[in-house]
Amino acid sequence: MWRWLLLCLLFPTHAIAEEVVLGLSSDEVSITTRFDGDEILMFGAIKREEPIPDGPPLEVIIAVAGPSEPLTVRRKARRFGIWVNTDTVEVDAAPSFYAVATSGPLTDVLSSTEDLRYKITIDNAIRSVGAPSNIQDSMAFTDAVIRIREDAALYQHLENQVAVDQQTLFRTNIDLPANLTEGAYATRIFLTRGGKIVGSTETVIDVRKVGLERWLFTLSRHQPLVYGLMSLAIAILAGWGASTAFRLLRER
Amino acid sequence: MLIYLPIAEVSVNAFVLLGLGGMVGVLSGMFGVGGGFLMTPLLFFIGIPPAVAVATEANQIVASSFSGVLAHFRRKTVDLKMGLVLLVGGLIGAALGVVVFNYLKSLGQVDLLVRLCYVVFLGVVGGLMFIESLNALRRSRKMGGSPVKTRRERTWVHALPFKMRFRTSGLYISVIPPIIVGITVGVLAAIMGVGGGFVMVPAMIYILGMPTKVVVGTSLFQIIFVTAFTTLLHATTNYTVDIVLAVLLLVGGVIGAQVGTQIGTRLKAEQLRILLAALVLLVCGKLALDLLVQPSEIYTLGVAGGH
Repeated sequence: MWRWLLLCLLFPTHAIAEEVVLGLSSDEVSITTRFDGDEILMFGAIKREEPIPDGPPLEVIIAVAGPSEPLTVRRKARRFGIWVNTDTVEVDAAPSFYAVATSGPLTDVLSSTEDLRYKITIDNAIRSVGAPSNIQDSMAFTDAVIRIREDAALYQHLENQVAVDQQTLFRTNIDLPANLTEGAYATRIFLTRGGKIVGSTETVIDVRKVGLERWLFTLSRHQPLVYGLMSLAIAILAGWGASTAFRLLRER
Repeated sequence: MLIYLPIAEVSVNAFVLLGLGGMVGVLSGMFGVGGGFLMTPLLFFIGIPPAVAVATEANQIVASSFSGVLAHFRRKTVDLKMGLVLLVGGLIGAALGVVVFNYLKSLGQVDLLVRLCYVVFLGVVGGLMFIESLNALRRSRKMGGSPVKTRRERTWVHALPFKMRFRTSGLYISVIPPIIVGITVGVLAAIMGVGGGFVMVPAMIYILGMPTKVVVGTSLFQIIFVTAFTTLLHATTNYTVDIVLAVLLLVGGVIGAQVGTQIGTRLKAEQLRILLAALVLLVCGKLALDLLVQPSEIYTLGVAGGH
């Protein structure tokens, strides 16, 4: 009996007891010609069969990650009086977009071991295996990726941006900037208590070019010659059209 | 009104692009230049990736040159034979240029190359033009008449083999110098995203000795084909031609060019040339400053693999 009670205390059953039911304002983002960014509303509820457990309150972390791709980071240095690219570091995988929204200060809602395990914060989401041996400060390159993308609103730290009601309902907004690349945006929701993850769920937001954008992009990649000839045809037609139109205008 | 460019993958204001196209169009109409040397750096400044700016600008120049050459064909001021010889060189040069461009892109130095080319060529051409037109202005004030033209001398150009007769230009010269001029311009077109008129026109007058009235038409004729070829090469090897960007620039450009031509007829030739030289030097200075002053962000991101 005592042993059973002890087991219960050591291995709480929160992970099963609390489940996330998630809603999204849309699970699809269409990049059209007029695309200038989008906002996605994420909301949800925590489903449980038992009363709310005692102890530290429930916190919510939402991480949205764009498709990861390898990057080349170059650093300029002054050579012969001008600034040229000198050092290069390959970053193995960096998400094209990354937003982390939390319901409280990040250090309070997530312990660093859990962060490492689930790769939740931006620093852990970027994977950089090794820099060439001639570069001592490879961390500076990873930091540069984060800094440049934060300036472009592609990486977002949204602390205290998730509203949690009665430890049951939560909601947040994620702003998607205009310079978005397409792909599957993995969205993860974590529930934590005292920095420990007690529940999680995942979904995917599909970001894709549609209509004319889709057609032109596909054509330029799959039939580049046709695309190139089409560009030329348009250019020549426009040139001829302008010349003729203005000649007619002048003759009138 | 923001527009998402499908290839550049950035969102820019359509009116800014139309305005830029129009502004550069006015200047190109005023001065009779393609305007590529102004447009490409301006596209860098508004955040279009350099590779896309260079390739797309080549496409836009096809349109503006085609529009311009039609007027010259009507006036019969195109030396087709010379144009074709220049074109042979131009196509070789463009192919070389794209190879160099792609190689440097894989090294991560394409940005530097493009900017250095701009600084050097704009500096030289702008400087020469400024001095020359300042002298011309001073001369015309002093004497009130045009200087006496000396008879064309026989230079090294006339000593080369493979001579050919160019009836429209009234020349009997070797084909080697025009082919070399063509190659140079082709390389520039591919690397800098310009037509190269600002290099070709002086070369045709001073090296080949062509009469001024056929120079502009012939250079436009050659530029159409070289930039068309460059566009195709960039489209098939780099996928960097953005057709939406090109169309927006085109619309502004062709309208601006007509307005510019009207303004141009009201100004004196020397004043025009000094203004153009000042403009060229200004762009050159801005680009040079960017190379010399420490940039606010010394790190840049690129797609790995350098394709």
